[in-house]
Amino acid sequence: MSLTTRRSRMAAAALAAITAIGGLAACGNDDDTPAEGEKPAKLVVDTFGEFGYDELVKQYEQQTGIKIELRKTAQLGEYRPKLVRYLATGKGAADVTALEEGILNEFKANPRNWADLTPLVSSEITDDYLPWKWELGKAPDGRLIGLPTDVGSLAVCYRKDLFEAAGLPTDREAVSALWPDWNGFHQAGQKYKQATGKAFVDSITAVSNGVLFQQGSDLFYDKENNIIADSSPAVKSAWDTATSMVDISAKASTWSPEWSGGFKQGTFAATFCPSWMLGIVADNSGEENKGKWDVAAVPGGGGNWGGSWLAVPEQSKYPEEAAKLAEFLTNATSQVEAFKAKGPLPTNLEALKNEAFLSYTNEYFSNAPTGKIFGESVAQIQPIHLGPKHQAVKENAFEPAMRAFENGQASKDAAWEQFTKDAQTQGVF
Amino acid sequence: MSLSATTAPPSPAAPPPDVPARRRRGYLFNRLDLKYSPYLYIAPFFLIFGAFGLYPMLRTAWMSLHDWDMVGEHTFIGLDNYTELFSDEYFWNALVNTFGIFALSTIPQLLMALFLANLLNQTLLRAKTFFRMAIFVPNVVSVAAVAIVFGMLFQRDFGLFNWLLGLIGVDQIDWRAQEWSSWTAIATMVNWRWTGYNTLILLAGMQAIPKDLYEAAAIDGASPWRQFWQITLPMLKPTFIFVVILSTIGGMQLFTEPLLFANGSIIGGNQREFQTLAMYMYEKGIYNLSTAGYGAAVAWAIFMIIVLVSLINFILVRRAAK
Repeated sequence: MSLTTRRSRMAAAALAAITAIGGLAACGNDDDTPAEGEKPAKLVVDTFGEFGYDELVKQYEQQTGIKIELRKTAQLGEYRPKLVRYLATGKGAADVTALEEGILNEFKANPRNWADLTPLVSSEITDDYLPWKWELGKAPDGRLIGLPTDVGSLAVCYRKDLFEAAGLPTDREAVSALWPDWNGFHQAGQKYKQATGKAFVDSITAVSNGVLFQQGSDLFYDKENNIIADSSPAVKSAWDTATSMVDISAKASTWSPEWSGGFKQGTFAATFCPSWMLGIVADNSGEENKGKWDVAAVPGGGGNWGGSWLAVPEQSKYPEEAAKLAEFLTNATSQVEAFKAKGPLPTNLEALKNEAFLSYTNEYFSNAPTGKIFGESVAQIQPIHLGPKHQAVKENAFEPAMRAFENGQASKDAAWEQFTKDAQTQGVF
Repeated sequence: MSLSATTAPPSPAAPPPDVPARRRRGYLFNRLDLKYSPYLYIAPFFLIFGAFGLYPMLRTAWMSLHDWDMVGEHTFIGLDNYTELFSDEYFWNALVNTFGIFALSTIPQLLMALFLANLLNQTLLRAKTFFRMAIFVPNVVSVAAVAIVFGMLFQRDFGLFNWLLGLIGVDQIDWRAQEWSSWTAIATMVNWRWTGYNTLILLAGMQAIPKDLYEAAAIDGASPWRQFWQITLPMLKPTFIFVVILSTIGGMQLFTEPLLFANGSIIGGNQREFQTLAMYMYEKGIYNLSTAGYGAAVAWAIFMIIVLVSLINFILVRRAAK
C-alpha cells in the first residue's frame, strides 16, 4: 500500500514537472489578434539609458486611460541583443521601441520589421523637426520608421581649476575663443601640457568623434551604400586631425576604467560632451568636483554624437495607438519635459525655441547655460548619410586602429592599413 | 532472492471468484507502472535536453549552411561558410588566443589544484572543513563581478598590479595592449575562480583511494612523496580525465572574462590581442546581424574543436597512466 502511494506520488511529481515545462513553452503563444479599432488595455515602451519619460508616460495614461509599461534597459549593449531577439523570433517587442542611431541605420536594411508611420501619424508634424533628423528616420524605400527624439549635439567639457593652474582662460566665452578650429584646440592643449606636464584631452578617438560629424559629407559609405572608408575625405580628415593630437592625449578611451577613473584623478582637463554625456561626466567626477567643470563650444562649430528615434515594430498589435503614443512623446512639450528631467536634447524645432529650454542652466557645470549652448550647436549640425554598418565600422575598425596607433602598438601607416582592411569586413551587410 | 520476491507482482494464481475486478485493475496498473514509470521519471531530463540542447544544436547546424540575416533573408549556400572559415585570418587569431589563454589557465590551475588537494587530504591537517569551504568560495562569486574587479586591478593608470610593479621599479604595463599581458590577466581571473573547484573534485577522487594501499606502502617503507607518485596519481586518473575535459570545455568557451576585460568591445583589444573563439562567434553571429550563418559555422567549429581536444586529452592521459 505504502509502496504504491509513494510511486504514484512520484509519478504525479514527474507529470507535474513535464506539464510545467510544457506550460513554459506554451507561454509565449497567446495570439489573440484584437478586433479592428479596439482600444488596447496596455502599450509597452522600450528605452535604453535615460529618455526622461517617467512623468510623460503617467500624463498619457491619465489622458487616454491606456496603461503604459515603460521598460528601461540601462546599457545599449544589453538593449540591442534583446531587440534582435524580438525581431528574429517575431514576438516580445514593445509597441514603441527606441532606436539609437547606429541601430536604426542597421535596421534600415530590413525596413519590413517596422511599421510605416506615414499613414499613422498626423501629416502636420512632418515639418516640426530638424529636417535632416526627420529624413534619417526614413528607410531607403521611403518608409517612415522612426520619429525623432533627441540629438547628441556636441560641446567641450573642461575643468576650470586645471585650466587656471596652466594659465589658460577659464571663462567659457574666452575658452571657446581659444579654439575656433581644431588647430586652436591642439595649441591650447600643447600650452596646457607644457605648463603642467599632464595630458589635455581624454583620447584621440574622442577628438575623431567630434571631427567626423562636422564634415557634412559621406563618412564610411557613399549614398549608394558602397564602402568608401579608404577614400572618404571626411574620414581621412578626422583621422589626420585626431592622430596629430596624440601628444596631448591621456590615452584613456571613452568608457574604459582609465577614462572613468580619470575624471576624479584629473588625468585630462577637457573632453567632448554630447548633451547626454553631461550626467555621466558629473557622475564620474563626483560631488567633490561640483562647480569645477564648465561647458564651452566645440572647435570647428557644431557636431553630433548619438541621438535616437521612436519606432513601432511591425509585430505590434496596436500600431495606430502606438504611433499616437510615439507622436505624443516626441512633441515639443514632451521633449522639453524630457530634457529638463534627464537631458536628452530636443529635435522638435518648437522645443528648441522654447523659453524654458533656452534658459536652462546646469548647476553641476558652474551654472553653464547648457540649453542655450547645445541649442545653438544643434542648428549647426550637418546632415550626414551614415550607411548600414556605420556603427560597426566605427567601433570595430576605425577606433581600434586609431587606439593601436595612440598606444604605440602600430605606426600611423600600419594603423591606417588595419582600419581600411577591417572596414571592408565590418562594413559588409 | 527475497528482494526480487517483494518487488515482483503477486502471482495471479487462480483468483477466487469473489475477488473482484478491482484487484485485476490494480494488477494491470502495477504492470503498466513497472514498465513505463521509469521512462516518465527520466523524461524531464530528455525533454529539457531536447529543448535546450539538441534543438539549438541542430538549428545552429542548419543556420550554418545559410547566408542568414538575423532579421532578414536566408539563402542556402551549402558549406561555403566553412570554406570561408579556413581562410579567415581572424578566426585563426581567435583560435590561437583561446589556446594561449587555455594553456595559461588550465596547466597552472590543475597543478595548483593537485597540490592543494593533496594538502587538504593530509590526515594531520586541522580545521579541514573550514579550508575545504574556504577554497571553494571564489567559485560562488559571479563571473561578471570577478571580471570587473580584476579588470580594475589590471588597469593601466591606477591599477593595483601596476602600482605593485612600480614599487619594485618595473614600468607601467598596458595589460590590454599585448598578447602575453592580456592573456596573463585573463588567465589569472580564470585561475582564481576555478582552482578551488578543481581542488575539491580532485580531493574527492583522492579520498576514494583505499587507505590500505597507503598503509601497505608505508610498511614497505615508501616515502609520502613516493606514495603520491605511485599511488595517488595513478589512482586519480579517472578523476583527472574528468577535470581536464571539464576545463577544456570551459576554456574553449571563454567569453565573459575577456569581453569585460576589453570594456565590452567584442573584438577584444585594439588588434584583437585577446579575442576568443566564443567572442568571435558572438561578433559574427549576434553583434553583426547579417552574418548570423557564419557565426553559426564558428559555433560548430568550436564544438568540433572541443570534441577533438577532449579526445586528445583522453588519449594522452590514458597513455601517460599506462
